[in-house]
Amino acid sequence: MEAEAAKLIGAGIACIGMGGAGIGVGTIFGNYLSGALRNPSAAPAQFTNALIGAALAEGLGIFSLVVALILLFVA
Amino acid sequence: MANDPIQQFQINKIFSLGEVGGVEFAMTNSAIFMIATIVVISGFLIMSTSGRGLVPSRWQSTAELIYELVASTLRNTAGTEGMKFFPLVFSLFTFVLTANLIGMFPYFFTVTSHIIVTLALALLVITTVILYGFMRNGMGFLKLFVPSGVPGAILPFIVIIEILSFLSRPISLSLRLFGNMLAGHIVLKVFAGFVVSLTAAGAAGWLGAIFPFAMTIALTALEFLVACLQAYVFTILTCVYLNDAIHPSH
Repeated sequence: MEAEAAKLIGAGIACIGMGGAGIGVGTIFGNYLSGALRNPSAAPAQFTNALIGAALAEGLGIFSLVVALILLFVA
Repeated sequence: MANDPIQQFQINKIFSLGEVGGVEFAMTNSAIFMIATIVVISGFLIMSTSGRGLVPSRWQSTAELIYELVASTLRNTAGTEGMKFFPLVFSLFTFVLTANLIGMFPYFFTVTSHIIVTLALALLVITTVILYGFMRNGMGFLKLFVPSGVPGAILPFIVIIEILSFLSRPISLSLRLFGNMLAGHIVLKVFAGFVVSLTAAGAAGWLGAIFPFAMTIALTALEFLVACLQAYVFTILTCVYLNDAIHPSH
């Protein structure tokens, strides 16, 4: 296999990791929303925590995106 | 290639400022937009607070809104003792927010889409946390890595995991902001490129170009949300890390 083709395939495979981050962020906000609908008065106090959780989960997806970008443009 | 989505992140030299030890110092478009960010923030805050009415004007209440947002976030996360870091946190928030929003204008350069800028900001935060943690708590700061109530048998592994997660903080903090801004602008450019290539194909292409154009508009709205959200996330995480320096024992 040519090195260039292997790079492109690797970048595509690396981006699969972002799906996991999508699942994580969706789980966090979905659970936040279901909790907020059960007890709306407690929801605003926990919104910051939901954002922190989403940011931490999203950061791992960004890692795989950065790996893909490095494969495409740097390596 | 005219539609190259990466070309917008090119750093161009505008004029040279001379050489120091063989390294060239130059005014780049990145530096120009960093200066513009500072000028916009300072201009906005000076203008909005120069009146200082008891009944705030619209400008003044906007500035108070931003102040209150950052102050309440810091107070809720790091306690009243954390308020001594308010100037740092407020500067970080306004800088990241304004840099993100300035980058949303067409043809403008996004400062935060370069990892060297976001890494410098993240290292500033982590260095502050480490230095202040040791200054305030002495060796007690190391209790951050030893959670209480953990059985002795698995404690060494927990300590290793805690140290690794602490070391990865500057990397994740900088990569999150960098990756979000970079990916968002690439996606915008790719969809805008579809419009250009479709309109080159004649009348049917003009009709088909409506869809990527609508997508570009929707993505622009999403990017404004991401620009504000990422600035806020950067601020919250800074507050959380500062809280670790102030109250290291779990």
